[in-house]
Amino acid sequence: MLHVVTSTAPSFLYRGVKAGWLTAALPFALLILFASAISGVVQGQTYTATYPWVPSLGVNLTFRLDALSLVLALLISGIGMLVLIYSSRYLEGDPYLRRFTLILMLFMGSMLGVVLADNIMLLFIFWELTSFSSYLLIGFNHQREAAREAAKQALIVTSAGGLAMLAGLVLLGITTGTWELSEMQSGAVISSRFYLPILLLIAGGACTKSAQFPFHFWLPKAMEAPTPVSAYLHSATMVNAGIYLLARLMPVLGDTREWQAIMLPVGAITLLMGGYLAWQQTDMKLILAYTTISTLGLMVLLLGLGAVDVALLLLLAHALYKGALFMVTGAVDHETGTRDVSRLGGLRQTMPITASAAVLAVLSMAGIPPLVGFVTKEAVYTISLATSIASVPALLLTGIIVLGNVFNAGAGWIVLRPFFGKPRAMYGHEASPRLWIGPFVLGIMGLLGGLSRLAQPLLEQTAFHEAHEIKLWHGFNTAFALSGLTIAASAVLALYASGVSRWVAPLTNAIRKIGPQQLYTQAINGVLTLSAVGSRIVLKAYLRQYIRVILIVFVLALAYVFATDVDFNHLLDRPIPRFYELTLAVVIMVAALSATRINKRLSAAAMLGTVGYGVTLIYVLYGAPDLAMTQFAIETLTVILFVVVVYRLPKLKTLSSRSARRMDAILAAMVGATMTLLTLVVTSVPLTSRLSPFFAEKSYVVAHGHNVVNVILVDFRGFDTMGEITVLSVAAIGVYALLRLNLHRGGTD
Amino acid sequence: MRSLILQTSIRYLVPLQLMFSIFLLLGGHQGPGGGFVGGLVAASAFSIYAIAYGVESARRILHVDPIVLIGTGLFMALTSGVLGLLIDGQFMVHQWGERSYPGIKQLNTPVLFDAGVYAVVVGVTLLIIFSLIEEEA
Repeated sequence: MLHVVTSTAPSFLYRGVKAGWLTAALPFALLILFASAISGVVQGQTYTATYPWVPSLGVNLTFRLDALSLVLALLISGIGMLVLIYSSRYLEGDPYLRRFTLILMLFMGSMLGVVLADNIMLLFIFWELTSFSSYLLIGFNHQREAAREAAKQALIVTSAGGLAMLAGLVLLGITTGTWELSEMQSGAVISSRFYLPILLLIAGGACTKSAQFPFHFWLPKAMEAPTPVSAYLHSATMVNAGIYLLARLMPVLGDTREWQAIMLPVGAITLLMGGYLAWQQTDMKLILAYTTISTLGLMVLLLGLGAVDVALLLLLAHALYKGALFMVTGAVDHETGTRDVSRLGGLRQTMPITASAAVLAVLSMAGIPPLVGFVTKEAVYTISLATSIASVPALLLTGIIVLGNVFNAGAGWIVLRPFFGKPRAMYGHEASPRLWIGPFVLGIMGLLGGLSRLAQPLLEQTAFHEAHEIKLWHGFNTAFALSGLTIAASAVLALYASGVSRWVAPLTNAIRKIGPQQLYTQAINGVLTLSAVGSRIVLKAYLRQYIRVILIVFVLALAYVFATDVDFNHLLDRPIPRFYELTLAVVIMVAALSATRINKRLSAAAMLGTVGYGVTLIYVLYGAPDLAMTQFAIETLTVILFVVVVYRLPKLKTLSSRSARRMDAILAAMVGATMTLLTLVVTSVPLTSRLSPFFAEKSYVVAHGHNVVNVILVDFRGFDTMGEITVLSVAAIGVYALLRLNLHRGGTD
Repeated sequence: MRSLILQTSIRYLVPLQLMFSIFLLLGGHQGPGGGFVGGLVAASAFSIYAIAYGVESARRILHVDPIVLIGTGLFMALTSGVLGLLIDGQFMVHQWGERSYPGIKQLNTPVLFDAGVYAVVVGVTLLIIFSLIEEEA
């Protein structure tokens, strides 16, 4: 079954990028496919698929579908389908819509890869692919400098985390002795001395991806991306990859004091800080971005407590309402031209369907019964109240979570503001069906999710400890009271947001000033300065200097080898050269010497040509016709090239001082001596290679060719040749670009 | 630079050079030669033609843009590898046809690969030489 998923992923990238409804067909098919697996997975079944890739390194294409993967896969394909429909209208008329759809598909494929991969190297590859497609999508409006900058920042932060994670995963693989997640045993890792490094490194990857403090700052910037991207990548799916990874590794790494000591503070700070900044924004997208950060913080916090199933429930609820709200924001922006909450009002009259979708989503976000957000909040409070970690009192923990939720719900009410109150100058009209169907479906899903406990059996499968009971009505208990408190407090906060915001302004400014954003900027500038200084020292832009350095290093390195372990005994035990060989050698040497003495370009080139053709003759004499032919053709082409440029070059002038030339002559003599010695040494050792006889023997039998050289090039070492011609092509295109550049500048000099 | 002697001799030389280059390409698997040398010979043929008659005329007799030639060559080489992947399940396992034809004997993927190398070499060399000559003008 998974085979279908993975094999279609690349192929569908290339077709059907035209109409929105059509492109949505593939995610829809995937959704059906995953939905059909629900009944099996609920009973504890897992589906696996394995294809060998690099078995010698333990890297295989192994995919595994269990409850945790399934929840995310359903989200990815379901919301992906809605977002594709949505963006086909949102970006209608954009010349790059096809490109956009393509990258979105690429992202969908790689994100599915992340949640389905069982091999950790495979997971890493897909993980990086999601970072990369996110980079392309954030920078989609590539004419905007801010978009390019934001894209770069997101890429640097997430891929730095990705590298840390790679190190962590390799350590994990070595410690557990397996590269398959499903085969990892927990005890071995936790007791090993690498446990803490592994945990820190992997948490680094997860925290950068899921925008945890102090790496959260890329996410608000990423709002430069077109809104469908924010809905899909930066709230509903990609940012959850870190949560997924932590949840996935919970049985292997989790539930230790170190785990709690990392996850609890990180999650708590992210929760509070994201929420605190959220309700102070006026741009709807930024409000949503900060609440996303905040909610991700809460998920990490829950993972710190070991409550995987509740964290996943929160992830599900959040993806539903936040995806809907982003799409609503996009629709509002699309129809009115702004998304500033202070400039909008009364939109419920002109955009009734969009407004009702928004209301449904915000009700879920604020935790009003019977929506899924309420169910989630009840579960979260129940857990935090029951927590008994020695160092963290349950009361403090609950207080933090309540405060975070108040911030978030307050921000949610503020997002709703454009739809109510008096109509402002900006009138919209109802968005096209393709723009409201997505948020509407997600809003309804939030309602259904709350009512039907659809997710319950699936989530039970993911529980790490005993499953938490997830239901709509727990009775009048402390959690219910806290829920009521949250709703009331958030409503007050939303009503007096601007007043409270002014009152806490000093704190906000302090947070901004010492934020990690500044650290990031300084680090980037530091690296740039360092490399500028470094290249000023090393790169003098003086060709002769480079050649000197290369030659000196060559001579010294070989001199060291000669001095330490070379046997010079049989150096001259060889047949006496025949007279024509000697003649040839003399011709080559005379030509080479005169090339250095002549001060006319054409004559010097002719002398170099003589050297080249002389070498060709040597190849002929020693029975290497292929080499000789190639050398001959190259020499000819060199002459042609020279003829082409000779008229444009200035006359030769003596620019170097006499002493510099003397030094060069000495260096040249040393290089010549070294090469001669090297050749003598190499040829005096009898060849014990197994390759030559192998090639000679197999050439005709296996590859049907009598010409061993050619057989090696096209068959035995065909892969190298393919690489070489690729490099050649790239180099030629580079030369071409340089020459064109010069032409465009006038090309006179 | 127009020289009657050069132009006249090149009229006879270029076809010979091109035929020789094809000979080198096709015969490369059994005797001396191959796509690389063949490509170099063909490229030098077009280059001296460009020197004698100008780049415009050289481009005309070449018919395709050198850049296209590079792309086509890479594609041919890749295709020869992919054929092996499709038929034998492994990339670049070369395939040999059953029937024998005069000159190349059997149709096979090594020749396709070598023809790709040939095209890339011609394309790369001419791309550089043509743009150098044009820059001069």
